Amino acid sequence: MSVRSNDTQRTTRRTFLKDSGTAAIAALTVGFEWIGWSRRAGAVPADSAALFMPNAFLRVAADGTVTVIAKHVELGQGSYTGIATVVAEELDADWTRVRVESAPADAKRYANLAFGTMQGTGGSSAMANSWMQLREAGAKARAMLLTAASKQWQIPVSALTAENGTVSDLAGKHHATFGDLVKSAASLAVPESAKLKDPKDFKLIGRRLARVDVPAKCDGTAQFTLDVELPGMLVALLARPPRFGATVRSFDPGAAAAIPGVVKIVQVPRGVAVIAKNFWSAKKGRDALIVDWDETHAEKRGSSDIMQEYRRLAEQPARSARKDGDARSAIGSAPRKLSASFEFPFLAHAPMEPLDAVVKLTTDSCEIWAGDQFQTVDQANAARTAGLDPQRVNIHTLYAGGSFGRRANPGSDYIVEAVSIAKAHGADGTPIKLQWTREDDIRGGLYRPMYYHKLEAGLGPKGEITGWHHVIVGQSILTGTPFAAMFKDGIDSTSVEGAANIAYDIPNISVELATTQNGVPVLWWRVVGSSHTTFAVEAFIDEAAHAAGEDAFAFRAKLLAHHPRMKGVLDLAAEKAGWNSGPLPQGKGRGIAVAEAFKTFVAQVVEVSVDASGQITVERVVCAVDCGTPINPDVIAAQMEGGIGFGLGAALYGAVTLKDGRVEQSNFNSYRVLRMNEMPRVEVHIVPSTEPPTGVGEPGVAPLGPALANAIFAATGKRNYVFPLANGHLRS
Amino acid sequence: MPTTIILNDKSVTLAAEPDMPLLWAIREIAGLHGTKFGCGIAMCGACTVHLDGEPIRSCVTPLSAVEGRKVTTIEGLQSRAGKAVQAAWIEVQVPQCGYCQSGQIMSATALLEKNAEPTDAEIDSAMSGNICRCATYVRIRAAIHTASRSAKA
Repeated sequence: MSVRSNDTQRTTRRTFLKDSGTAAIAALTVGFEWIGWSRRAGAVPADSAALFMPNAFLRVAADGTVTVIAKHVELGQGSYTGIATVVAEELDADWTRVRVESAPADAKRYANLAFGTMQGTGGSSAMANSWMQLREAGAKARAMLLTAASKQWQIPVSALTAENGTVSDLAGKHHATFGDLVKSAASLAVPESAKLKDPKDFKLIGRRLARVDVPAKCDGTAQFTLDVELPGMLVALLARPPRFGATVRSFDPGAAAAIPGVVKIVQVPRGVAVIAKNFWSAKKGRDALIVDWDETHAEKRGSSDIMQEYRRLAEQPARSARKDGDARSAIGSAPRKLSASFEFPFLAHAPMEPLDAVVKLTTDSCEIWAGDQFQTVDQANAARTAGLDPQRVNIHTLYAGGSFGRRANPGSDYIVEAVSIAKAHGADGTPIKLQWTREDDIRGGLYRPMYYHKLEAGLGPKGEITGWHHVIVGQSILTGTPFAAMFKDGIDSTSVEGAANIAYDIPNISVELATTQNGVPVLWWRVVGSSHTTFAVEAFIDEAAHAAGEDAFAFRAKLLAHHPRMKGVLDLAAEKAGWNSGPLPQGKGRGIAVAEAFKTFVAQVVEVSVDASGQITVERVVCAVDCGTPINPDVIAAQMEGGIGFGLGAALYGAVTLKDGRVEQSNFNSYRVLRMNEMPRVEVHIVPSTEPPTGVGEPGVAPLGPALANAIFAATGKRNYVFPLANGHLRS
Repeated sequence: MPTTIILNDKSVTLAAEPDMPLLWAIREIAGLHGTKFGCGIAMCGACTVHLDGEPIRSCVTPLSAVEGRKVTTIEGLQSRAGKAVQAAWIEVQVPQCGYCQSGQIMSATALLEKNAEPTDAEIDSAMSGNICRCATYVRIRAAIHTASRSAKA
């Protein structure tokens, strides 16, 4: 297996696809406008005059190589491997001859079907949205290869079979590799439909296939945007405002311009860029640059001011996101009442690869290299910035060194910055790499929003929950973006997901949302709404169980009797964790939580120990996941393990805080994330399923925080209502 | 002011400012891209290389400080331990986004070259300077044990 970025010129492929009815044979000219590293990544073999490309998702070369075209970015979640697996399965390809290539930006062919008409990756949708599309692509191509062999051998298709990249007749007389059949298959019309495999016949789906991208990620050859080097390329660093909303009043380029290697200093809408021959010169130039910022309209409040406003808003009527029965009166008349409030900070995504993009801009073309997550959105924003038609913007999607939501932003901030710098430089075709530093990343905004949650519940005489009232206060992620259409009745679904749709069988439920506004730019962060709602719901239900004098697992299980998939993962996690095997020794505790996120169900049991000084150690996490048909159990396990580590770091330490509008953190010394010595043992159990596959990149994050907090309560008798937990706000 | 170093067993003369961090000299002057930039302040380990066999953070090491010394990057990893680590990384399927893994592999190799059979606690201690935001830590730990066994065999 090998992987490469899309390096076939768009125009070439366009021409190639014009003949839409048939799978045209063409002498495909592979046009490299850029040289060097791309060639090493493995291009279409020069001698492959004949190619079979029946659709936008695969092509077979004369040497038998199958190239799968991935419309989704590979940012660690395993999308390339999953996409290749599904195509290869229905194609009956030889897995060792399958390669992956990234698709160009093209909403017509490569839209995310879960998003509608845009191409992009997010919401753990890569496999879910393309499952049938990729299966059909593979199956149709397989049918054509069989037809080609049938014609060649004069044997009916029904007497032929394909396996491992080879077509044979059932009598065993004839054999032809896919490569042998490319020429004749390419002259056939693409069938309207093709029979898909019965899942019981899957050979690749469901197996722990090795990831296609792993070898290159173990020897330093995987190509990230950081690694793009083009002839004459310059490196730019951008000085951005110290407070969100500030603008450049004036700047003095003198000292920066005097740094050896600094080529040009330009003002752009987002700040002042120092363009240099290399990173170090650009960095020193930016350090020396003097900018006078106009902070008239900047956000000058601190996190504590903002949270104070949120606490106040939680006491006022808000907009209803769900109303079943009459929660207010049910709680009012209940013999016992519970209430709690939770406070969540801004969070940075902090992917390991700081944001970066390479732009080569001329007066009539724009070429972009990036770990691009929102291809057609970025294409449109780049085009607008450059003053070009979107068709003139060509995006090469490279491996992304993590994202966690950061590279999927409707404003395309880092792409737009890079294009605006290239434009200010003169749009003369000089490739420019915009490089963010870690400080730029931590202070650059687009955070997971701050939220305040207030919950109240009434308990009946038998400890049953009679009413549930949940108020959420925080900024909207979707406001002002092309996704604002996802608003329903004034509710930003990303603010209430995981809360408005709680699965617990409670007769009276109300969930309300107060949407706030401030000057801090926000964005989705891994598992989006459920990064905070699941905590509030699962920590509070735990309190209710405790107040009812019931076991935390049994209490939930009873309330999920009508929700088999939620209950399924809950049961499995509890069983595998030995929940009912008796109490843990003194100083240890177990907590449980369950969530549905992006139609995937996850339950986790966390075990902690607390020493005499109060130091908490997370020892073990048992995770059960139901993501429908498991495409690759090892990738699923890896995503759960990673989600648990990501969620644990955020729960313990994650916080971006503002003081007088300035971000207090700057790098990994002050924005603390999980490290090796803090990673617990993890066990992942996958629920067998034949349902359509759902996503695994994000859901594993959701239950970790509350399961941890519930475990801390079990060990210490104390609960925590303010994030991050390591700040020590435990209350009895 | 050029600086000469032994980079992956070859003497190279790098024409760069002496205060340029080794990371950027390796990447932008020598053109080896396996070593990554993650934080610039020695807090994440993505830039880990070996200096005379010891793991260092190349993002805070000025080029002038390594004049005449032996620098090994992921591209030059040839030792038995190094090869065992890379093979184990594939066997255990460690990487996700993969960006930090060159640094992880260099730190793990340095550990195994000193301590052929590290315990979990020793692994945690040697590897806690290398951040992985994908949190592949469970597999890193497992892969180091795998590499330890295979290097011994």
